[in-house]
Amino acid sequence: MNLRRFILIAVPYLWLVALFLVPFLIVVKISFSSAAISMPPYTPTFSLTQGWAGIENFFSQLSVDNFVFLTQDDLYWKAYLSSLQIAAISTVLTLIVAYPMAYGMARAPDEWRPTLLMLVILPFWTSFLIRVYSWMGIISDQGLLNQFLMWLGIIAEPLHIMNTSKAVYLGIVYTYLPFMILPIYAALEKMDDSLGEAAVDLGASRLSSFWLVTVPMSRPGVIAGCFLVFIPAIGEYVIPQLLGGSNTLMIGKVLWTEFFSNADWPLASSVAVVLLLILIIPIMLFQRNQQKNEEAGR
Amino acid sequence: MAQAKPKIVFDPWNDPKAKPLIECRGITKRFGDFTAIDNIDLNIYEREFFALLGPSGCGKTTLMRMLAGFEAPSEGAITIDGQNVADVPPNKRAVNMMFQSYALFPHLSVWENIAFGLKRERASKERIEERVSEMLRLTRLEKFARRKPHQISGGQRQRVALARSLAKAPKLLLLDEPLGALDKKLRQDTQFELMDIQERTGTTFVIVTHDQEEAMTVASRVAVMNNGVIMQVATPADIYEQPNSVYVADFIGDVNILEGNASPGPDGPENAVQIHYAEGEPPVRAVANAPIAQGSRVSYAIRPEKISVGFEPDPDRANHAQGRVIDIAYLGNVSTYRVELPGGKVISATMTNARRLERRAFTWEDEVWLSWTQTAGIVLES
Amino acid sequence: MNKRLSWFNVTSLTLGFAFLYLPMLILIIYSFNASKLVTVWAGFSTRWYVELFHDQPFLDAAWVTLKVAVSSSTLATILGTMAAIVMVRMGRFRGRTLFSGMIYAPLVMPDVITGLSLLLLFIAIGLDRGVFTIMLAHTTFSMCYVSVVVSSRLMTFDHSLEEAALDLGASPFESFRLVTLPIILPAVVSGWLLAFTLSLDDLVIASFTTGPSATTLPMKIFSAVRLGVSPEINALSTLMISVVAIGVISASLISKRAIIRQRREEQEGGRA
Repeated sequence: MNLRRFILIAVPYLWLVALFLVPFLIVVKISFSSAAISMPPYTPTFSLTQGWAGIENFFSQLSVDNFVFLTQDDLYWKAYLSSLQIAAISTVLTLIVAYPMAYGMARAPDEWRPTLLMLVILPFWTSFLIRVYSWMGIISDQGLLNQFLMWLGIIAEPLHIMNTSKAVYLGIVYTYLPFMILPIYAALEKMDDSLGEAAVDLGASRLSSFWLVTVPMSRPGVIAGCFLVFIPAIGEYVIPQLLGGSNTLMIGKVLWTEFFSNADWPLASSVAVVLLLILIIPIMLFQRNQQKNEEAGR
Repeated sequence: MAQAKPKIVFDPWNDPKAKPLIECRGITKRFGDFTAIDNIDLNIYEREFFALLGPSGCGKTTLMRMLAGFEAPSEGAITIDGQNVADVPPNKRAVNMMFQSYALFPHLSVWENIAFGLKRERASKERIEERVSEMLRLTRLEKFARRKPHQISGGQRQRVALARSLAKAPKLLLLDEPLGALDKKLRQDTQFELMDIQERTGTTFVIVTHDQEEAMTVASRVAVMNNGVIMQVATPADIYEQPNSVYVADFIGDVNILEGNASPGPDGPENAVQIHYAEGEPPVRAVANAPIAQGSRVSYAIRPEKISVGFEPDPDRANHAQGRVIDIAYLGNVSTYRVELPGGKVISATMTNARRLERRAFTWEDEVWLSWTQTAGIVLES
Repeated sequence: MNKRLSWFNVTSLTLGFAFLYLPMLILIIYSFNASKLVTVWAGFSTRWYVELFHDQPFLDAAWVTLKVAVSSSTLATILGTMAAIVMVRMGRFRGRTLFSGMIYAPLVMPDVITGLSLLLLFIAIGLDRGVFTIMLAHTTFSMCYVSVVVSSRLMTFDHSLEEAALDLGASPFESFRLVTLPIILPAVVSGWLLAFTLSLDDLVIASFTTGPSATTLPMKIFSAVRLGVSPEINALSTLMISVVAIGVISASLISKRAIIRQRREEQEGGRA
């Protein structure tokens, strides 16, 4: 009985320690190392064969140089700031697109709702990469959108969307839309219709009943949705790489370049550590929000 | 109170030679700092229908789960049929349980639910067939054998749960609030059905309930529990007529409690006492179970139906009190009058409505006399 | 209750779904374009599909992806279900907080960091990178998703069902096999599907953890589309979208029919 319990706990536990915790600690460790032209390309390396002296030597060689460097070269803090900015703007845009859709779904007749829900979830199951890629043919300078608008005569010159941050906003809104719709829909669907009717009955206009009843009721869903878009958008790599071109600066891209092109592992690791430190705040806020909702739901 | 066995007296608990099926010795159960069960001793005999009665949180469910093997006592020992069960896991105990939620397996049919336990003891196919049909007959579920639990009604589910827990013919069947999920009418029918099945199968039943009426109806003996302690173990009639504490008297049925100082005598039978319960009222004359010291503080418990209401004091009864009717609750078969004494004390008295169109005898604000006999109430030392 | 959609709701739903589906629809249409120039329509043709099926590197990449996805999602389902049981059923044990942290953290960890950290681990222990290391990486992050899906089902699971099985003489393992597993099976299956999709979809983590020997389909697509739109990729995308659409739609039809059947049975049960 106790052996069974032990095995049940130990197997997933050890797996996660070996393949999540240890790698993470390695990243932290390397972020305090210096780059070196060797394999692996950093010093000091950790070795237990030298005993206590080795450990002491190891700690004495650790340095915060990488982190200092991150603050000195404005490329990095600009990248962090622009990641945050792009993520924030995209989150707001996603909310603007998602809210009317979630509202319309929650208002739809009961027999339509499963189908509408499936239509929202379906893109989630299709490849992320393909969904990002599908815009490339549309928004490029000779793309379908420009062809169409020029054919209509609305514009004379093609719009430059591709390889700008606008394209990145579009990509994030498009790919993360389901993450925003679903929690808002869940919150609105739970809402009792008679609440709005009661507000109208008590003399509110339809619009003020929407502002005073519907919007506050959907707030937990809106908050959850915003976090679900904002947090992963900060570390996004594929969208800025494919749609943003060389002009958009996002930290995921910087990390990738630092690692693969410059082979500066310590610097890439410290970029990762700082990114995580930035992410911890919204993640903790999100967790608290979820807990609060759960408690309120009970 | 329906007592199903009038012919032979069934009272193994009064027989010093009888060996109990279950013996609990000094059982204590702690969850962290909280003591759920506090040093309980309890004997339950074979073929008994035993009820654990108490408010929620009194420890009755914990005690039952210890009998089933889902909880281990922190201290003390439980023996079932002479065997100490401390190290016997629930799946190896000859004890079965009917869960409050019924816990029917939703993915299995009624038939498969009932056969589940038999299959686990590797019974032969014929044996399983035979036993399951027997159980289906016993619980009148033959028509529903192929149905899934969600396809039958609540009452039928309750019977499947019963059939499933009886299929292995356990020595002891534990029932956790078995009728809690049924509506009132169905509940009363099911109580008698349970008693009938208990008698036919000869299984020892231990039922956990918070419903005193249910416990009084079905049980051969009732244990009243409070805060992890057993307050009293007795037959339903004794619990009602001879409660050993204010708590038990108050928990079972309605009761008037009068508190006062006792003085022995002055005359009458052995252990006669007078209780001075209110300024300006004559003392209540009562008979205690044991001698009471002069001036000791006692509680006097008297059931409303033992008090008669009249415009004149009843000369045949030893105790009288005059008061004003402040409330009348008409319940069809009986009416309960709440009478306020001059000192402010309110006493309830219940009268049977024997005649259909009775001339309304008493009404609000009437001055009436309450009368009761010397042996009608119980003296409880506080 | 008046549930007629207002013109506002109809408009927002129409525009919203057009936004979601038009790009993919255009992609599908242009995969049948005869021209190599993706923005000019030059008549219907299936030549890109033919070319795709003769492109050996693509087929190899697809095979690698499938191997990784099947093995990692299966392993992740087993580990994730175990983790879910530990989280919901095992009560307190030493290191529980760390355990739940390790379950939830990968869900919010940016792919670049997960990939980087696993690569550094594989280098540190000298593991040859290839299909096996991608599989390990995918198993690790998808087991967390599986465990979230399964534990949310386990939390609504009536614990007394397991106790009833024990009470009727089943061993703890039998009670899991005969009672718990059949009831949570739908959640386990959707966990597997989720893990499978995540693995099929992953570009970043696979790029970090692979070696020269193994290229996955997303990596192949990525390196092709970095240079611009390619009709062959359109054909491939069309195939992938169709497979998913057919899968999801048929799954939802099956579950819808199951619900209707169950409702009918319940009505019959109510009448009896």
